[in-house]
Amino acid sequence: MITIFVPRDAAALSVGADDVAAAIASEAKRLEKDVKIVRNGTRGMLYLEPLVEVETAKGRVAYGPVAAKDVPDLFNAGFLDGAKHKLCHGPTEDIPYFKKQERLTFARCGITDPLSIEDYRQHGGFVGLSKALKMKTIDIVTEVTASGLRGRGGAGFPTGIKWKTVHDIKADQKYIACNADEGDSGTFADRMLMEGDPFCLIEGMTIAAIAGGATKGYIYIRSEYPHAVQAMREAITIARKANWLGDKIQGSKYAFDLYVRVGAGAYICGEETSMLESIEGKRGIVRFKPPIPAIEGLFGKPTIINNVMSLAAVPIILAKGGEFYKNYGVGRSRGTLAFQLAGNIKQGGLVEKAFGVTTRQLIDDWGGGTATGRPVRAVQVGGPLGAYLPQSKLDVPMDYEEFIKIDAMVGHGGLVVFDDSVDMAKMARFAMEFCAIESCGKCTPCRIGAQRGVEVIDKIIGDDNRAKNLELLEDLCVTMTDGSLCAMGGLTPMPVMSAVKGFPNDFQRKAPEKKIAEAAE
Amino acid sequence: MAKKPKSPLAFAPVNAPSNPADVKALAVCAALGNKPDELLEILHALQHDLGYVPESTLPVIANALNLSRAEVHGVVTFYHDFKRAPQGRHTIKICRAEACQAMGTEKLCDHAEKKLGAKLGGTSKDGAYTVEAVYCLGNCALSPAVLIGDRLHGKVDAKRFDEIVASLDNASLSQETAA
Repeated sequence: MITIFVPRDAAALSVGADDVAAAIASEAKRLEKDVKIVRNGTRGMLYLEPLVEVETAKGRVAYGPVAAKDVPDLFNAGFLDGAKHKLCHGPTEDIPYFKKQERLTFARCGITDPLSIEDYRQHGGFVGLSKALKMKTIDIVTEVTASGLRGRGGAGFPTGIKWKTVHDIKADQKYIACNADEGDSGTFADRMLMEGDPFCLIEGMTIAAIAGGATKGYIYIRSEYPHAVQAMREAITIARKANWLGDKIQGSKYAFDLYVRVGAGAYICGEETSMLESIEGKRGIVRFKPPIPAIEGLFGKPTIINNVMSLAAVPIILAKGGEFYKNYGVGRSRGTLAFQLAGNIKQGGLVEKAFGVTTRQLIDDWGGGTATGRPVRAVQVGGPLGAYLPQSKLDVPMDYEEFIKIDAMVGHGGLVVFDDSVDMAKMARFAMEFCAIESCGKCTPCRIGAQRGVEVIDKIIGDDNRAKNLELLEDLCVTMTDGSLCAMGGLTPMPVMSAVKGFPNDFQRKAPEKKIAEAAE
Repeated sequence: MAKKPKSPLAFAPVNAPSNPADVKALAVCAALGNKPDELLEILHALQHDLGYVPESTLPVIANALNLSRAEVHGVVTFYHDFKRAPQGRHTIKICRAEACQAMGTEKLCDHAEKKLGAKLGGTSKDGAYTVEAVYCLGNCALSPAVLIGDRLHGKVDAKRFDEIVASLDNASLSQETAA
């Protein structure tokens, strides 16, 4: 029997993976070939999706992007034996895009059947948790601190220190909450992991729970991710049956159970305190800090809150040691980050690489330039609240501190590429518009500031008192940065001011005839 | 339910609900243990079955969860997902975030508006389609992205959009014939 892999990842499905799987099944039946189709996660080479792999004597051979109509031709060419074809890329692991990566968190993603717990174990799964079950809880915390792991959601706060705070508090109930509200445009790493290796997140959360003394956990997944929601729910049920969740996990003294909560289309719920409110069934309004959630979090109890990527890095840290993880990276940015190449990019996908790689390397060496073939003009790094980098800043290494120095942020590792047709004044306006739409409304600088920001930028575009309004915009941005309660209002000025400073000419163009006023309605 | 002590602050109906939506709401609340922290799940489930969250269900839910009607109203109106009026048979969500903008989603939105005869956020005259802008569907390497129900589509240009809409038409036609 020959094993064929067709991804079940939402990105692969979005370009017809289900049709391809069905076509392979029917063609195999017609030709009486004995095949087994495994629906794996994606390897992250999304530009090749649907990427079909065939298990051969020389390893897994890749074909892509495969359309359903290509399937009969692939059978004819002998793809079941890994034969050559115009869609063939040779052994998957030898494709440079994949080979040049440093896959730690995503080591299994795309290789295993995401919902097979046996696959998971065979590929190094539960080694970290098995170790953690035998360790003193404080030693788990120390190991994670030693790894240098910092919050992958964007803030970059040391994960070990967060855990230590919760570990040290005495409480009748503690929680862990996983932030899977991956709302940033240009990011899909959380989704890819939840769909491609859900047990990895479950294992990471269980380790965190044991370390901090939490017995209940929630994964807050955005409603825009129906496939991830389903994958996580199924994986949790399987893990419960196999006693990797529940009471006395694998015969130990620890109990931990996990629940999925689905968001409802509010970007702000990716802010940790707003997420807590939402999990409690309330409006996603940001809370004042202090008290920090580690002390008073979900339902008023001490809560560890981490991003999917932070938690998914934990199993390998426990399995191979903090030192191993720390050996990757530069400066105070240790380990790897899952970079996501998005927007106008020829070879979009996920690239897991140690910190220190530059934006330009990612775009040129992996991305292959823009999809349109035109020159790269701007790259927004770190989501809608991240800075737009002009060409002159593309050689700065990916490093939390280095990026702060250039008034930018690494964030969740998303890179959105724009070619030279982009109008940066329009993008600055959109940043304010987005903030106005998604603000929770609690604090004035964000709620009103974003609205005023749209209006001021409209005046600048419309050549109405341009110099004065540019000054006013900068002043407004300072107010929003200093006076907002959370990162939503506090960081919206980052894309706006980076556009103003990096692309000044776009704010001096001839005013379009009246168009803007209509668009503002 | 009649035995439950009523908070003097709860603006809730005294009588057991009689209309089907309210009965459904009550059942959904009960299935999730009448727990206030399950409110989002309750609203998702209700909207899944009814297509929207009818106004009449708000006091029913409030009563079941021992919340005030204002609290339930606050949640329903805070989240973009929850609809307070019936929607088209198909809701077409087009991503309008940065990555999709870099690949021309603005053009796609214009095309969709013209094709369906509805502005973003609106419903076509025949009630078949609601079209709305969303911000990121997590398919940013294959932009522009469109989500219809639980089906995600990538690299959607005007031509593909028309094909997708046509396939929806065919699907609903065959459903009607089957019925």
